[in-house]
Amino acid sequence: MAPLLSVSGLTVDLATPRGTLHAVRDISFDINAGETLCLVGESGCGKSMTALALMGLLPNSATRRARHLAFEGGDLANVTPRKLASLRGNRMAMIFQEPMTALNPAYTIGDQLIEVHRRHKGSTYAAARERAIELLEKVGITPAGERLGQFPHQLSGGLRQRVMIAMALMCGPTLLIADEPTTALDVTIQAQTLRLLIDIQRDLGVAILLITHDLGVVARVAQRVAVMYAGEIVESATAASLFRKPRHPYTRGLMASIPIPGRTPPGERLGSIPGIVPSLIGEVRGCAFRDRCAFAFAPCAETVPWRVDNEHGWRCTLPEVPAEAAA
Amino acid sequence: MNESYAPPLLEVVGPTSGALLRRRIFTHKGLLIGSTLLAIVLLMALLAPLIAPHDPYAQDLTQRMIPPLWYENGTWAHVLGTDNLGRDYLSRVIYGARISLLIGLAVMVISGLIGAALGLAAGYFGGRTDMVVTFFITIRLAMPVILVALAVVAMVGGSLWVVVLVLGLLKWDRFAVVMRAATQQVRSLDYVTAAAATGASTPRIIVAEVLPNVLPQLIVVASVEAASAILLEAALSFLGLGVQPPLPSWGLMIAEAKAYMFFSFWLIAIPGTALALLVLAINMVGDGIRDVSAPSGRG
Amino acid sequence: MLAFATKRFGLALLVAVTVSALAFLLLRASGDVAIALAGEGARAEDIENIRRIYGLDRPLLVQYFDWLWKMAHGDFGESLYFKTEVWPLVMEKLPTTMLLAVFSLTFALAVSIPLGILAAVYPNSWIDRLCLALAVVGQAMPNFFFALILIMVLAVSLHWLPVSGSESWAHFVMPTITLGYYIAPVFMRLVRAGMIEVLASDYVRTARAKGLSQTSIILKHALRNALVPIVALSAVQLGLLLGGSVVIETIFALDGAGFLAYQSITHKDLPVTQALLTLLSILYVGLILIADIANAWLDPRIRVG
Repeated sequence: MAPLLSVSGLTVDLATPRGTLHAVRDISFDINAGETLCLVGESGCGKSMTALALMGLLPNSATRRARHLAFEGGDLANVTPRKLASLRGNRMAMIFQEPMTALNPAYTIGDQLIEVHRRHKGSTYAAARERAIELLEKVGITPAGERLGQFPHQLSGGLRQRVMIAMALMCGPTLLIADEPTTALDVTIQAQTLRLLIDIQRDLGVAILLITHDLGVVARVAQRVAVMYAGEIVESATAASLFRKPRHPYTRGLMASIPIPGRTPPGERLGSIPGIVPSLIGEVRGCAFRDRCAFAFAPCAETVPWRVDNEHGWRCTLPEVPAEAAA
Repeated sequence: MNESYAPPLLEVVGPTSGALLRRRIFTHKGLLIGSTLLAIVLLMALLAPLIAPHDPYAQDLTQRMIPPLWYENGTWAHVLGTDNLGRDYLSRVIYGARISLLIGLAVMVISGLIGAALGLAAGYFGGRTDMVVTFFITIRLAMPVILVALAVVAMVGGSLWVVVLVLGLLKWDRFAVVMRAATQQVRSLDYVTAAAATGASTPRIIVAEVLPNVLPQLIVVASVEAASAILLEAALSFLGLGVQPPLPSWGLMIAEAKAYMFFSFWLIAIPGTALALLVLAINMVGDGIRDVSAPSGRG
Repeated sequence: MLAFATKRFGLALLVAVTVSALAFLLLRASGDVAIALAGEGARAEDIENIRRIYGLDRPLLVQYFDWLWKMAHGDFGESLYFKTEVWPLVMEKLPTTMLLAVFSLTFALAVSIPLGILAAVYPNSWIDRLCLALAVVGQAMPNFFFALILIMVLAVSLHWLPVSGSESWAHFVMPTITLGYYIAPVFMRLVRAGMIEVLASDYVRTARAKGLSQTSIILKHALRNALVPIVALSAVQLGLLLGGSVVIETIFALDGAGFLAYQSITHKDLPVTQALLTLLSILYVGLILIADIANAWLDPRIRVG
C-alpha cells in the first residue's frame, strides 16, 4: 500500500538579515495510513518547520523545496495556495503547542468549530453543529451543547487543547499533525491528552505526525520514530527498535540523559551531550553532530552515508558505534 | 578550500550597538529627509536678517499684489510676490519661520517641563500624588484646547507670548502620561528597591535610570506637541486671536490673504505650504526617532 | 460590569464639575470682566454700573455657586451679544455641530479602515508605503488651509458645492472632508498596527491551519479583534471634533456650536462662552465614559464571567 504521506528531499530555507538559514535540510520520511510517526528533536532542530512546510503555513521569508511530496496519492509540492487551503483543516489538520492562545477570544467555541465544517463541507449550520457536538463528546467534553456557547477564556488549558483536537477532526482528516500538543500542559493533563490521541487514532484511523522533544511521549505514543538534529533526520526506526538499540550517537546521548523508569538503575549518573547546536546559516557540510560526538574523525566532515539495518536507518560514517565510552 | 562549520563556541559576530544605531539612522529615509527639511527651515529662521531680500514690515502701496516669479507679471525683485500692503512675501515667509519655530520650541519646552515634572512626581511618589496628577490629566483632557485658548486670548489680548504661555500651560498632558508610565516601570525594578534598602539615594537612581529609557518616547511626544502647537498658533492667528499684525505669522498671513483668495490664491498657498512642510518635517523626524530607537516595533 | 460603570460615572461627574469650575475661574481670572464688557473708552462709573448689574462685585465663590445653582436648574442666563436666553440658543446650534462631528468621524473611518487593512495585509509594499505617506501628509496639512483649498477647487472652480452657509446637505460636504481627513491618519495607523499584530497571533495561525478563506481570516477573525481600540478612539475623537470644529465652522459659516463659540468669544459674551465650555466638556467626559465602557464590553473576557 502506498504511504498516506510521502516526503522526499524536503528543504526549507529562511531568509534572515544574517544570511540564509537552512532550517530543514533534505529530509525524507513516509507516514502510512493510521499510524503514528513521532518527530523527535530539541528546540530549533527544524521539526516545527517541517510541519509548517507540509501544511503550507511557512512565513513569507521561507522557501520550500522537495524532490517529491505526495499526500493521499496527489502531489503536494506544486499545488496552488488555493488547493492547499482546501486541504488544510479538511484532509490534513494541525494542532499547536499553546492552547491558551490558539483560539479566537472573540468567538464562541461552537462558532469556531462550526465554521471549519461549513467551509470545507458546505454543510448547513444545524448539520455542522451536530458534528461539533459529536466530536466534543468524542474528546470527552460534556455537556457538549453547553460548551458550544462558551468562550475560550472560560475553559482550562487542557480543555482548550481537547477543543483544538475536536476542531482538527471536524472534517474527518486522514492526517493529524500535532506540534508539541502536550508541552504546555500540566503533567497529569498531558497523560490524559496523549491517551485521547491514542484513542482517536484507534477509533478513527487517523494517521498522526506527532512532534515532540520528549522521549517519554515518544515511548507512549509512537509506532515509528524519526530523530531530527540540526535540520536533518539522523535516525529513523520503529519505536521498539529505537529504544532497544539506538544507533546514532545523538540518539544515544538523548537516551542516556533522561531517566527511563524501570530501566535506568537508581544512583546512576545521567549523561549529557557536551557542546551546542551549530549555526545553520550559510554553507553546511558533513555531519552536523561531529563537534559534539565522542567518535568523530576526519571523514565526518564530508558527506555522511545513510545506513539501514532491518528497517532501522541512521546517518553516520561509522557502521558501528562502540558502547558508551567513559565520558 | 571548503567551508565547514561555525566554530563550536557561539560567537556574537556583528556590528556594535553604536554602529548599528548609526546604520539604522542613516538608512531611514524619513528621518533623513525630515531632518534636512527641518535644518533648512531652522537655518532660514536663524539667518533671516541676512537672507531676506527686504524688510518684512516695509509697506509699499505702489507695489501691491505683485504675483510670484512664475506668473506673468512676476519680477525678480519680489520672488514670491507682494501682499495687499506691498510687503515682500519671501521676506515675510522667511521671518515667519522664526515665529513658528519659536512657538514650537517654547511650547514644547514649557509643556515638557510641566508634564515631565508632574509625571515624574506621580510615578515616583505614587499613592495620593499619583491620584491627584491623574485627576489633573483627566481634567485637562476634558477641556477643548482650542476653545480655552481662544477664550483666554480674547480676554487677555493676543500676542506671541500670550499664545506661547497659554499653549504651554495646556499641552503638557502627553508628557505627563509618558513620564509617569516610565517612572513607574523603573520604580518597580528589583534593583531600585534593593538600592533603597541599602540606603542608596533613590531619587538619583531613578532620575539616572528613567531619563535614558524614556528619552526616545519623550522626543517623539515633543515632536508631536511642537507640530501641534505650530498648527494651533496658525489656527488662532487665522481667527484673529493669536499673534497680532504686523507680525509675519504664517497663519496670520493666510487670514490677511483670505479676502483676496479668489484672485490671488498664491497669497494663501505659499504660507500654507510652508506650514505644511515644517509640520511634515517635524513629524518625519519624530516618527524616524521612534522607528530607530525601537526597531522591533516596526511593522 | 455594573460596578465598573458606576465607578466610571462617578469619576466623570467629578471631572465635569471641576471643569465647569475651571472654566468659570479661567474666564473671570483672565481679565476684569466688567472692563471687557464695558468696552474701550468706558467711563469709571459705567464700569461700576456693569459690575453691579452683573453681580461681578460679589466674591468669586458666591458667583460660582450662584451660576452652578442656576445651571442645575437649566438657567444659563442671557446672552450679552444675542440678547436671548443662552440655553435655547446653544441647543439650537448644537445639533449642527453634532451632525458635522458624526459625518466627519464616519468619513474618516470609511477611509482609514480599508486603507489600514490593506497596509497591514501587504506590509512594506507600495500600498503600505502609499497609505503611510497619505497619513503623514494628512497630519501635516493645517486644516484651515485644506479647507480653503477645497473651497477654491470644489466651490469656486468647479461649482460643485456651495461656498458657505448651512442650509442644505451639500453645505456639509466640504466641512466633513476637511475635518475627516485630519483625523483619518490616526485611525489608519491604529488599524494597521492592530491588524499587523493580530495577523501574527496564534489564533489567526489556527484559522489559517483550518484552511479558511483569506477574506474570512482578515475580516472575521482578525478585524474583530483589531477594531477594539478603534471604538474607544472613535468616542474620544468625537469629543475632540465637537470641541475643535471652531475653525472649520467659522470658515464655512456653518451655523453650529463652534461658530457660536467663536462669535461669543470675540464679543466677550461670557454667559454663552461659559455655557459652551461647560457643555462641551461634559459631552466630552461622557464620550470618554462611553469609550471606557465600550472597551470593557467588547472584550468578552470582561463581559462574560
